[in-house]
Amino acid sequence: MKLIKPAIAGTLESSDIQITIAPNPGQGIQIELESVVKAQFGDAILDTIHQVLQQMDVTEADVRLVDKGALDCVIRARMQCAICRSAQQPYNWAWEDNTP
Amino acid sequence: MRNQLGIELPETVGAYQVRPYMGLDQDQPYCGCIVSQRKAGHTKAGDTKLLPSIEDAILASGLKDGMTISFHHSFREGDFTVGMVMEVIARLGIRNLVFAPSAVVNLQGFRLSDYVKNGTISRIEASGIRGELGDALMSGEIQMEHPVILRPHGARPRAIESGELKIDVSFIAASASDEFGNCTGQIGKNPCGSLGYSFVDAHYAAKVVVITDTLVDYPCCPTSISQQYVDYVVQVDQIGDPEKIGKGAARVTKNPRDLLIAQRAAQVITASRLYKNGYSFQTGAGAISIACTKFLAKTSKERQVTASFALGGITAAILEMYDEGLVKTLACSQSFDAAAAKAIYDRPGVVEIDNADYANPYSKGCYLNHLTFGVLAALEVDTDFNVNILTGSSGQMMGGLGGGPDVAAGADISIVALPIIRGRTPSVVKRVFTCCTPGESVACVVTQAGVALNPKHKHYAMLKADLEKTNLKIVSIQELQSLAESLTGTPKPIPTTDRVVAVVEYRDGSVVDVIRQIKTEP
Amino acid sequence: MKKQLKRTSLYASGSSAAKMLEARFYNQDCIVYDLEDSVSQGEKDAARFLVYQTVRYHKPDNQYVLIRVNGLYSAYIEEDLQAAVRARPDAIRLPKVEHPEEVQRIDQKISEIEKAAGIPVGTTELWCNIESVLGAVNAQSIATASLRVVALALGAEDYTASMGALRTKAGPEIFYARMQVLQACRLAGISAQDAVFSDFRDMEGLKEDLKTTRTLGFDGKTVIHPSQIDLVNAAFTPSKKEIRYAERVLAALRDGEKQSTGVVSLDGSMIDKPMEIRAKTILAQAEAAGMWKGED
Repeated sequence: MKLIKPAIAGTLESSDIQITIAPNPGQGIQIELESVVKAQFGDAILDTIHQVLQQMDVTEADVRLVDKGALDCVIRARMQCAICRSAQQPYNWAWEDNTP
Repeated sequence: MRNQLGIELPETVGAYQVRPYMGLDQDQPYCGCIVSQRKAGHTKAGDTKLLPSIEDAILASGLKDGMTISFHHSFREGDFTVGMVMEVIARLGIRNLVFAPSAVVNLQGFRLSDYVKNGTISRIEASGIRGELGDALMSGEIQMEHPVILRPHGARPRAIESGELKIDVSFIAASASDEFGNCTGQIGKNPCGSLGYSFVDAHYAAKVVVITDTLVDYPCCPTSISQQYVDYVVQVDQIGDPEKIGKGAARVTKNPRDLLIAQRAAQVITASRLYKNGYSFQTGAGAISIACTKFLAKTSKERQVTASFALGGITAAILEMYDEGLVKTLACSQSFDAAAAKAIYDRPGVVEIDNADYANPYSKGCYLNHLTFGVLAALEVDTDFNVNILTGSSGQMMGGLGGGPDVAAGADISIVALPIIRGRTPSVVKRVFTCCTPGESVACVVTQAGVALNPKHKHYAMLKADLEKTNLKIVSIQELQSLAESLTGTPKPIPTTDRVVAVVEYRDGSVVDVIRQIKTEP
Repeated sequence: MKKQLKRTSLYASGSSAAKMLEARFYNQDCIVYDLEDSVSQGEKDAARFLVYQTVRYHKPDNQYVLIRVNGLYSAYIEEDLQAAVRARPDAIRLPKVEHPEEVQRIDQKISEIEKAAGIPVGTTELWCNIESVLGAVNAQSIATASLRVVALALGAEDYTASMGALRTKAGPEIFYARMQVLQACRLAGISAQDAVFSDFRDMEGLKEDLKTTRTLGFDGKTVIHPSQIDLVNAAFTPSKKEIRYAERVLAALRDGEKQSTGVVSLDGSMIDKPMEIRAKTILAQAEAAGMWKGED
């Protein structure tokens, strides 16, 4: 998916994550992470973000994460939503059929 | 070496000799006479104790480098006295003090770390060091030569009476005092209620300075701490703000999660066969605790069960139970909100008790030995039922020991009530980051996902039989742990260095755990 | 055993990550993750992703999980179904169903998605909300419109609005609709779910309302606040007499099976399938209330 405009998904409430994503032409993937559980889950959060980017075939993005202790499933949901909003395209739900 | 909980401990930390925890109800090594620094005095008619300023009192007390000073924390985050006194001490250039208050809480406009950095304070002994100093010690930003000694409330009087903690000058904030030091926390401009923590300081410190903002005619009535223990009296504008004692404690939580946990904790109490006329309880002051008290009150009214006493930190919610005749006596070692602070004066059955009387088993008796139910808050609990009330799992100093370890050991049924996860942080874990309360003393853990009973607890069989008659969901602690982890994922362990910043003592003065400095990422 | 119970179904809004997480811990039998009324227009996409991820990867055990999708004629329904079926809930809850053809249309779409996603066709059950005059009148044909339909649930607020009636706590204005839903469910052999009692602070009012719910014969009730759950569950707690009878029914069936007698009777009357289902439900209710221990 090609990102077209900056987009936000998620909130700053506890147990949520706010993801801001923007096109990043020629700069690849850049991620900035702020998290209340960075020490224990920082790596896991970044892993998830990279997985979603890869799955949705996003190769250039400027991603800012403000995490308030979101579970992995919430992070995934917010990231998918942010990408779709930024790409101005609906999600292809058939992608989910290949994940275990 | 390892203690009975299997926790690895160093033999010594600097000059501190580690005595490993060997189980509940162990004797303490000291069995000699009570140690007191109090000198015989001689006061004559016409003498006055009133001094014009804190500075005069400090000079008169003979406070010198290396001595030990103490305070109570009954105003909690609304305390002004600690800040006022420490500022003068620093200005006088007195250094290397041992700071030994009943607890260190976050105070507005007072940064304890500044006094550690400038050398005024070089050692700390308290029930907790939450706040910026605790965090700075754990991160290694501030390093102290001596480890902080953390003791539960009941252990502080024991340490004082056995001579482990010798207080040279105690500063006691009292909301009313006469010129001769008869003083109290119950009346005056800014009452904090019970002065429970200060009795032991008054009785055994070498010098006692009462700081008040309401000077009353002789004799101060009621008197909590009497003139015979007091050396000097100083009047100031304001000793503290009682409204800040229990931040929002008077309001009952609307959070459905906390309400659910509170309701189930109350159900554990009311389903027990020990819940009958004459039972006793301590529920504490957190959001879950207060809601639990409300649920307990409701059932007590319906089933007409009256408690003999409620213990420890008293809240408006417990006071309501008293007013409705659902509990006969409130034994207050601390008043947790402004309503409770005024109640000792108003109500004959609401009594102020010495903190030693509350929680120290190394004496000729304490209330906790008669407690039926205790409800405890916690940051973490592990699959051995060990409880952490000090450190956040990402390495911050989050709380104080308070009376938690004492209540768990003293109560027939001790109930740890906590959410199974907080945000992405699991609170039921394989191993607590810091062990504060040994699991053996915990009867059950109540979460929103079920109640886990401790098979090693003395009343396991009885509690199990009682709870099986209810619709409470009984689960194993392992199930709770794996549910928590299945939701959050496995947290990466927090790496620590070998440097011990704090020692966690048990009731008997043995060491349950140590807190090590966090290894910061390069 | 628990999964047979549908005494309480609690709505959890897809708009809040924290609330969705907490909702799984309450005592309800069924949890309804909502994409419809509780989610604002601008957040429909976000809620869809969140509900999908939650149900797909953190589906609560021991609870019957539903996803309520947006209106059948809304712009969201197509994508809602794409996500909801793939999330693998126990059922999808359809708002404002008025005609059996609507159910058949959705049934077909679900089958297509199930096929594409590799889910056995027919796995996804349906609950149809009856919340209009038309829905109430057509309840019977809706209940039998598809094998997927396992429950009808009355939505009283919209129904009374469509009738031009006033909504009261006593509820005479929804009596007809309640009976329509009940009879349709009984005829179809599916679960009948009563309407929400909206004032979640009024526990006495809820108790009164539950008397009607129980007397009429509903199997469960939708709740809008966790504080209502315990009372509603308790209302469906069977008496000791009912439990004993249910035990005898199942024991007789077991004996009959051993002896291969074919027709089994108890106290002179034949035990049929509905009696067996009813007995199992009674025991599940009794077990949930801590009055009966499962025999596994």
